Amino acid sequence: MGARSASLLGRGLLGIYLSVLVVLPIAALLARSSHGGLSAFWREVSSPEAQAAIKLTLGVSVVVVIVNGLFGTLIAWVMVRDEFRGKKVVNALIDLPFALPTIVAGVVLLALYGKGGPFGVDITFTRAAVVMALLFVTLPFVARSVQPVLLELDGSAEEAAASLGAGRLTVFRRIVLPALTPAIISGIALSFARALGEFGSVVLISGNLPFKTEVGSVYIFGQIQNENLPAAAAVSVVLMLFALVVLAALTLFTRSRSKHVR
Amino acid sequence: MAIEVRDVTKRFGTFTALDDVCLRVGDGALTALLGPSGSGKSTLLRIIAGLETPDSGSVQIGEEEVTRAPARARGVGFVFQHYAPFKHMTVADNVAFGLKVRRRPKAEIHARVEELLALVRLDGLAERYPSQLSGGQQQRMALARALAPEPKVLLLDEPFGALDAQVRAELREWLRRLHEEIHVTTIFVTHDQEEAMEVAEQIVVMNAGRIEQAGAPRELYEAPRNEFVMSFVGPVNRLGDAFLRPHDIQILPGGDSSPGSTEALVRRVVHLGFEVRVELTLQDGRDVWAQVTRDTTQELEVEEGQILTVRLPAPRVFAA
Repeated sequence: MGARSASLLGRGLLGIYLSVLVVLPIAALLARSSHGGLSAFWREVSSPEAQAAIKLTLGVSVVVVIVNGLFGTLIAWVMVRDEFRGKKVVNALIDLPFALPTIVAGVVLLALYGKGGPFGVDITFTRAAVVMALLFVTLPFVARSVQPVLLELDGSAEEAAASLGAGRLTVFRRIVLPALTPAIISGIALSFARALGEFGSVVLISGNLPFKTEVGSVYIFGQIQNENLPAAAAVSVVLMLFALVVLAALTLFTRSRSKHVR
Repeated sequence: MAIEVRDVTKRFGTFTALDDVCLRVGDGALTALLGPSGSGKSTLLRIIAGLETPDSGSVQIGEEEVTRAPARARGVGFVFQHYAPFKHMTVADNVAFGLKVRRRPKAEIHARVEELLALVRLDGLAERYPSQLSGGQQQRMALARALAPEPKVLLLDEPFGALDAQVRAELREWLRRLHEEIHVTTIFVTHDQEEAMEVAEQIVVMNAGRIEQAGAPRELYEAPRNEFVMSFVGPVNRLGDAFLRPHDIQILPGGDSSPGSTEALVRRVVHLGFEVRVELTLQDGRDVWAQVTRDTTQELEVEEGQILTVRLPAPRVFAA
């Protein structure tokens, strides 16, 4: 078998794999949501409860992404630039949200911050609880995408800036941050996409109160339980569109920013 | 401005990078720190720049005691081996960085950047990014960047080490001329003795965290204080405890058997253009090489396998 036909076979397999897993489901979803035409789609999406769920999902996702961008970068910075005892343990801890099934994360959060928890705070059934759950599951994204870039960063550019008269803050803002921006953005994009669709960790602690703490994914689940498939499909499509638009926009931004940085 | 380093010691863990080093560099001098890797030359440079702090000792630049001052407050221009470009900035923004940090007026920055880019012959490339420049161009940009805020001293850490031979030779020559033009006190680190001899007015030879000898290139070459300096500055033949310079070995016309001469077998003749290396085995079985001119080998018809007469100079022996 020649290299050419091997490459054809590879491309063919990739095509089939992606079709079964990604393209077909999305197509089915689009077909289902447009079953009753555009007006039916719009009716489902603009129902007050659906609107509230979508708005809440977007709102908390933005908050989560901002907090994550800051703390993820800080975590990466401390992990790369500082030496302290127990660093390896902390390093492993960062990945915990990846390893833990999200429903388990929900149970843990409920036990810690629910009624009768050890801290005496009860955030259950509030929007703060939703933010908390999403922060937990998206914690590793920014930290883990920034860490390797920071590790590879050539310290001599920072030293050059310092010798040119720049203070620590200026060195960070003008030299380090621009180098990290693409990694931070891509971590943020992944966090955002994840936050839009998160279900398991949110469903227990948020209480799923319509118009208050019911996020998009939980709304979709509820509609399916009520056998209102068109509504579930329509809101799914909206969430998917947001995720795609944000991913595409951030990718383009990163690409334009990092064109000259090799 | 003059630089004065007093009794500086620096350890990294159990490794002693600098062991009680004293160094004085005169105002406007062009000095090379020469030594093998691990000799402490880069550490010394970084301590002068404020990029490392000494464990003990002091550093003075001009009249100012700067031992505890951070790098940004020392007025030092630093050039790194791998250029350390600000990759996300254009060439012009790289050069302007030190001026922008000092909040100089825009028009002044613009004029100064233009002037410096012309000085390092990068005019026309101002809007390029570092990744679009060659290594030599990036290093010239780094030099312009270091010179922009008019530093009191210019420090270069193996500035030409990452460049290929031709560009390196060009930049050496150019650094020398630049120094004649702007007369800023300059120290550069190198492990290449030829580079040090060619560029510097004063060479400081370092080994194992200590300064072995400091002086003019010619002084080091002709009056090395010890074995290390003798063998590190310029080529040598080693005969037991004795050292000879290869160009001090004379090849004599046939039949000459004046006192001090001995017979030798020509093992190999290497033509390096004007210079010719003649590798010899002496009568007593020891190997040496002689550095002679092309004319000599032609005149005396030196060939491999031939036995000829050579005169060895009085060898130099250093007290242990």
